[in-house]
Amino acid sequence: MVPTNYYVVLSAILFGLGVFAFVFKRNIITIFMSIELMLNAVNLAFVAFSQALGKLDGQVFVLFVIVVAAAEAAVGLGIIILIARNRQTLNVERVDLLKF
Amino acid sequence: MTAILAANAELIITIIKIVLLLFIVLTVNAYLTWFERKVVAHIQSRWGPYRVGPHGLLQPLADGVKFLFKEDPTPAGVDKFVYYLAPLLALALAMTSIAIIPFGPDPIRVFGHDIYLGIAPPDLNIGILALFAITALGVYGVALAGWSSNSKYPLLGGLRSSAQMISYELALTMSVVGVLLLAGSFNLKEIIAAQGKHSEWGLLGWNIWPQILGFFCFFVAAIAETNRAPFDLPEAESELVAGFHTEYASFKFAMFFIAEYTSMITVSCLCSIMFFGGWLSPFPASWTWTHYLPSLILIPFGAWVIWDGFRYETIFGKLILPVVGTAFAGLGGLFLALPGVNDFIQAPFWLLSKIFVFLFVYVWMRGTLPRFRYDQLMAFGWKLLLPVSIVNVIVTSFAILKWGAK
Amino acid sequence: MTPPLAVFFALAALAVIGAVSLILQKHPIHSALSLIVVMVAIAGLYLLMGAEFVAAVQIIVYGGAIMVLFVMVIMLLNAGVEEHTSLSKMAGAPGLLLVVALVGFVAATVARSAESVQGSPQMGALSPTSGISNMIFRDFVYPFELTSFLILVAILGATMLAQREKN
Repeated sequence: MVPTNYYVVLSAILFGLGVFAFVFKRNIITIFMSIELMLNAVNLAFVAFSQALGKLDGQVFVLFVIVVAAAEAAVGLGIIILIARNRQTLNVERVDLLKF
Repeated sequence: MTAILAANAELIITIIKIVLLLFIVLTVNAYLTWFERKVVAHIQSRWGPYRVGPHGLLQPLADGVKFLFKEDPTPAGVDKFVYYLAPLLALALAMTSIAIIPFGPDPIRVFGHDIYLGIAPPDLNIGILALFAITALGVYGVALAGWSSNSKYPLLGGLRSSAQMISYELALTMSVVGVLLLAGSFNLKEIIAAQGKHSEWGLLGWNIWPQILGFFCFFVAAIAETNRAPFDLPEAESELVAGFHTEYASFKFAMFFIAEYTSMITVSCLCSIMFFGGWLSPFPASWTWTHYLPSLILIPFGAWVIWDGFRYETIFGKLILPVVGTAFAGLGGLFLALPGVNDFIQAPFWLLSKIFVFLFVYVWMRGTLPRFRYDQLMAFGWKLLLPVSIVNVIVTSFAILKWGAK
Repeated sequence: MTPPLAVFFALAALAVIGAVSLILQKHPIHSALSLIVVMVAIAGLYLLMGAEFVAAVQIIVYGGAIMVLFVMVIMLLNAGVEEHTSLSKMAGAPGLLLVVALVGFVAATVARSAESVQGSPQMGALSPTSGISNMIFRDFVYPFELTSFLILVAILGATMLAQREKN
């Protein structure tokens, strides 16, 4: 059996990579994808602990996290489409002023 | 050597099964194209492939050779990685979905190892859910193909097709919930077993009777999901050039083609397993004379093919057709002679015949129905099919609450 | 190296490679494809842990719906290759250091914990699917209804946001 520590360390690594992508990348959509990566890393930790403790609460919570991520992705991408339409750019550094 | 073989027996059996299934599925695909062309042609009062081999039977071979040797250009400006990935993805996903389907309940016992008919383990508790997961990933093949072609028509075709597939995916999964409520499990074997609970009912125990609404929703949604007529607007020749696979030439186009026909086969398997009793015989279990039906069908069919071969025009036909006929008749005779094999072959025989009937219905619909316009298609999926499947779920739950899942 | 451990390392390597590829790719569509690889790898890890229902839901919802939404938006907006200005390059180096520090801290804490919690091979008599559905519809029915409401709000919001202005 794989010890739970391994899963949690992997989850930490993926979360760290998500944070780095959030800070480093300049495309709005890629930044949004890094948020999804962070959520996935957290889900992995949840399921790992659910398996370790033998209870199913972790997996139920993972389902709720997935649902909330779906709703957030829908609305977030709607906002991104609006920004792209209004500012004609997807570069985060160009949308740093409220008005031209 | 034999020690290594014995230790990894499961792995080696699985690899052999995969290779065999790959070979069988590709051959069935090839002859499915022949079947489709013949049936659509006869619906349109013409003959279809007739010259290449007797009754056009070697036409798939000729098509395969053409696909292999035709020039395979790569258009300028495409995103190379995604352009090559898309058909591979479509084909891999379609083949994976066939691996989950069980073709028979009983294993063959060879040298002390049980070989189950079907690659996935028999106790795969999420059988249907895994199939839907693979179908959900199938959208990528189309969307990425359309986008990476760096051209207007494929992009439009790809976007339209992926939107269509996502919309009908919802109706597809909702329409199956009724069957799952009746069976109580996602496992495909248990779904069939739940339909065969009363072995004396035969045909009447199948899920089609309580779930007729679910069946129609599922079948229509599955046709839209596989981009077949009458929902094939994104890839129809007269509409968007050829939709998302315009820029794909010989072998990559063949991969999309194979992926589409394989998903057709998968959907036919699913329909027969979930709604029509899978490998259960339509006759009650006490009518044991029906066990001779495979032989009763195969032997006259083989004799007819032999007779047709004798009066065929070309010399090629006179040679090939009697051989094919003898093969069929011999198979039928084998089933008559060996009762053990006969009992084993009942389950796969019924499943394969039901799959064949569904494939015929698919091809029939292609030859008969006109195409949906795109807005009609989306309106149909969201405004009609999804509410109907939700109503089916509600009605089924109430019925189970009232009468129990009998 | 038992087979489960080997499979774990293979899937973990796949997930990490996908995440690194997300960072290193220049075109958003390649980043999206890398993220899909990460999600499939994580679904494989869920299967390894015996959480089969969550694995299937992960592929269906995350991989088959959310990421399809991302890919379609990237296609619609015709996102091009992204450019890196000096500002982002400045943020790269300290960011990397801080992230490595964070991950190292968490990993060291976890690896040093006194009782290394071993996973129990069996999740119990009930299959996870029936267990999860029992919990959702009995203990967590209120959050379940709230999330359905949340999805409805999200649908309405996204539809309204993406509409073209009527003028």
